[in-house]
Amino acid sequence: MSEIFHIKSYSHIKNQTVSVNGQTIYREESEDFSIFIKNAYKFLKTGYPKFFKMDNLSKLAFLAADVLLKDENLNEEENNIALIFSNKASSLDTDRKHQAAIENEAEYFPSPAVFVYTLPNICLGEISIKHRLYSENSFFIFDRFNAEHLQLYANNLLRRGKAEKVLCGWVDFDKNSYEAFLYLVENEGEIVHNTEEITRLYKTL
Amino acid sequence: MAKTYLSYNNIFSSLGFDSESVVENISKGVSGLDRYEDASLLPEPFCASLISSKKIEDEFNKIGDASKFTKLEQMMILSLKKVVDASNTPLNEKVGLVISTTKGNIDILEEDSNFSESRAYLSELGKIIQNFFGFKNEPIVLSNACVSGVMAISVAKRFISEGKYDHVFITSGDLVTKFILSGFNSFQALSAEPCKPYDKNRIGINLGEVAASVLVTSSTENFPKEAMEILGDATRNDANHISGPSRTGEGLFRSVKAALNEANITSGEIDYISAHGTATPFNDEMEAIAFSRLGMEHVPLNSLKGFFGHTLGASGLLETIVGMHSMEKNILFSSKGFSELGVSKNINIIKRNIPTNLHTFLKTASGFGGCNTAVILKKRTTNQP
Repeated sequence: MSEIFHIKSYSHIKNQTVSVNGQTIYREESEDFSIFIKNAYKFLKTGYPKFFKMDNLSKLAFLAADVLLKDENLNEEENNIALIFSNKASSLDTDRKHQAAIENEAEYFPSPAVFVYTLPNICLGEISIKHRLYSENSFFIFDRFNAEHLQLYANNLLRRGKAEKVLCGWVDFDKNSYEAFLYLVENEGEIVHNTEEITRLYKTL
Repeated sequence: MAKTYLSYNNIFSSLGFDSESVVENISKGVSGLDRYEDASLLPEPFCASLISSKKIEDEFNKIGDASKFTKLEQMMILSLKKVVDASNTPLNEKVGLVISTTKGNIDILEEDSNFSESRAYLSELGKIIQNFFGFKNEPIVLSNACVSGVMAISVAKRFISEGKYDHVFITSGDLVTKFILSGFNSFQALSAEPCKPYDKNRIGINLGEVAASVLVTSSTENFPKEAMEILGDATRNDANHISGPSRTGEGLFRSVKAALNEANITSGEIDYISAHGTATPFNDEMEAIAFSRLGMEHVPLNSLKGFFGHTLGASGLLETIVGMHSMEKNILFSSKGFSELGVSKNINIIKRNIPTNLHTFLKTASGFGGCNTAVILKKRTTNQP
């Protein structure tokens, strides 16, 4: 197997904008994340009602992955695309909601529908269910986007034959500030998979 | 590819503050679980494995100022320090640090916490541990639900394999908090009695708190007697449900297959399975189905949740370390809480401690988000297949 891998496509969701390979495909007037992401979902004809049950982090990660994976002609039964995601705030946005529901005795009302999203890797499960990914998935926490660790980890999975492709990146949601950057790594593609290129693409928008 | 090994290790738990005392208690059948009535944690009685904050502080004050560190930080630092000291490995540029936790310092979100909210960020937890010891590299924090502890071994192995590090220290830890208890209770998943993995009368899980640490190394010298080689590892998603296990055990089945494939051994060469066994009806049944599909019904298997409860992001590493000592002692430890089979497949649950020759074991874990991780370990001293 080739030791040089390539970035086939990439997506950004930030500043009320969804873009694929550096081209804006949707822009929203509203600065409110819930309005923006719902309108983006509709505009992109995502057609996946489970989306509305997801928490903010999962909605962000799901849509950033969906705009790339829907162009991949995926198998309806199963696909071996690993997911290596990272962020800074883990699931703190939803953690704070669960904490608010248990803080005071008088208003003690924890909800399983909220609690299940108090793990950052739940968004990997959501993407795996939609795209039939019976594959490697890992969620890392870093202080800031860390191209080197993602690149090494993706290379290892591809070199060792643990995955056919790897979808990597950063999906962070914290106090209504949000940012997603995902990129798909495989054998074929125009952009060489190294830390310089990953960093360049991350900063493209 | 260079071989990688699990080497020096520590368990910091209600059963003791080092691996040897903890394993000694397990061999005697002593459980760390107790019944608690503490409305500040949960409005109703619960059963858990807790470590007294006072005991941890007394221990920590021997090496630093406990008032500057959270309970979890103290536990993880105390645990990791034993491993760093025992291994005598200089912390240079080729030494990595992996931190495995599901919720970290989540108790800081409570209104009466003495620490600022920024401390709830997992990268802050990583920095505090890095700075205490003076690690040269930024820590890699892994937060992948209940498979985190086993997956941390994969992560360490993979970074060593890429030549980034020669040695990786892993420390893992999670606390029993109001946050976690209320959440699992809202799922009606908690048992108020000591849990009974795979048993007919199992009704749910107990939670536990622990810190566990290990050195993963490519070095071929300076090993403790329980050191083991990592033969294979894999993670697979169920692609089925975010909070319920697959009814066919699909992800677990696939993760074990892939790990066996990398280890280049057959399931017949596995002497022991250290399984997840949370004692919820669905989890244990799912595991039984997966192991049956793998043709591993006869392989002796236990869950250690009856000793520690479910320790979340630390459980996989904790249970791997106990497995290493079980191998070294050539004793299979009984699956505490089990008496009568309560799953649909005839899996071989260990009912009492069994002395026997042991070489190779499989550690598995499954978690929310549909993730499943398997790691296969082999005694360092035995010949390669």
